[in-house]
Amino acid sequence: MTGHARRCASCVLSLMAGALLALPDGQAASGDVNNGAALYGRCQACHSLAYDRTGPRHCGLFGRKAGTVAGFQYSEAMKRSSIVWTRQSLDRFIADPLKAVPGTAMGYAGVKDPRERADLIAYLSAANRSAECNLPK
Amino acid sequence: MSFFKLAHDPSAVMARRNFLGSSGLILSGAAVALLAGKDALAAKGGASTEQDVRILNTAIAAEYEAVAAYQVGAESGLLQKPVLDLAMAFQGHHKEHADVLAKTIAKLGGKAAAAKAKYSFPTEKLKSQADVLQFAASLEKGAVSAYLNAVPLFGNRGLSQAAASILGDEAMHWAILRNALGEAPVPSAFMS
Repeated sequence: MTGHARRCASCVLSLMAGALLALPDGQAASGDVNNGAALYGRCQACHSLAYDRTGPRHCGLFGRKAGTVAGFQYSEAMKRSSIVWTRQSLDRFIADPLKAVPGTAMGYAGVKDPRERADLIAYLSAANRSAECNLPK
Repeated sequence: MSFFKLAHDPSAVMARRNFLGSSGLILSGAAVALLAGKDALAAKGGASTEQDVRILNTAIAAEYEAVAAYQVGAESGLLQKPVLDLAMAFQGHHKEHADVLAKTIAKLGGKAAAAKAKYSFPTEKLKSQADVLQFAASLEKGAVSAYLNAVPLFGNRGLSQAAASILGDEAMHWAILRNALGEAPVPSAFMS
């Protein structure tokens, strides 16, 4: 297997792993990356993958402590939240941002459908491995 | 009939001018209603008002960014008339939104966010008029979802109504941009 093929295989496995998440009730669910990409359109008033906008960038999201993108002006509530972004914490947050982090600047009612959240998170996970996010392979 | 055919049809151009003028009047009407309710809004105060101001400030930040994005499109040299005129009209709407939001925040006792000195846009991906329109459409679609999800959160229902007024305007932007791209202008019965 060439180095390129190994990287591709690794990438595919990572994407498959990234498409699995735990729902609040503990059930495992797989997310649909393509549907998640379409759903991400809802986020694009404020967010993008590679740029800070009204909201912070999503590249580098997983494993990042909330409120720590350098140079981005967060709410005090987000900076104090102690959240580390994982599939689970992201699932809780996007379901109801103001309930998860009262005082957050993200004045968004939330993505109420667990399936849609799973798809969005699957997309974000895949996107974080994409060239656009330029993460080390 | 495609947007481009419509754009060169004199009757359609007149209809569009009437549409743009009418939409401005509708928004102005909502803005006046919003500002007229100022005393009642300010009197509420408390945590609910703080949250309302935070939501409005997030909205104003997105509006300023939209103004900047349309400016990038206008200065790209990629937009041809009459699409350029349409983009500038939409930019004008976003300026009006930002102005009303800023005044409302001030009257609620808050401090409105200022526009950034510099915005980051994926200009390296904008190679054609269609690319610019696609980019603008993505921002407008996101804006519709953002306002849709802000409407139920306001403590003051007058603010929900004003946000819904802006939502309607941005949904029209999105539909017209989609039409210009040759896509179904209204792809579904519901927005989310």
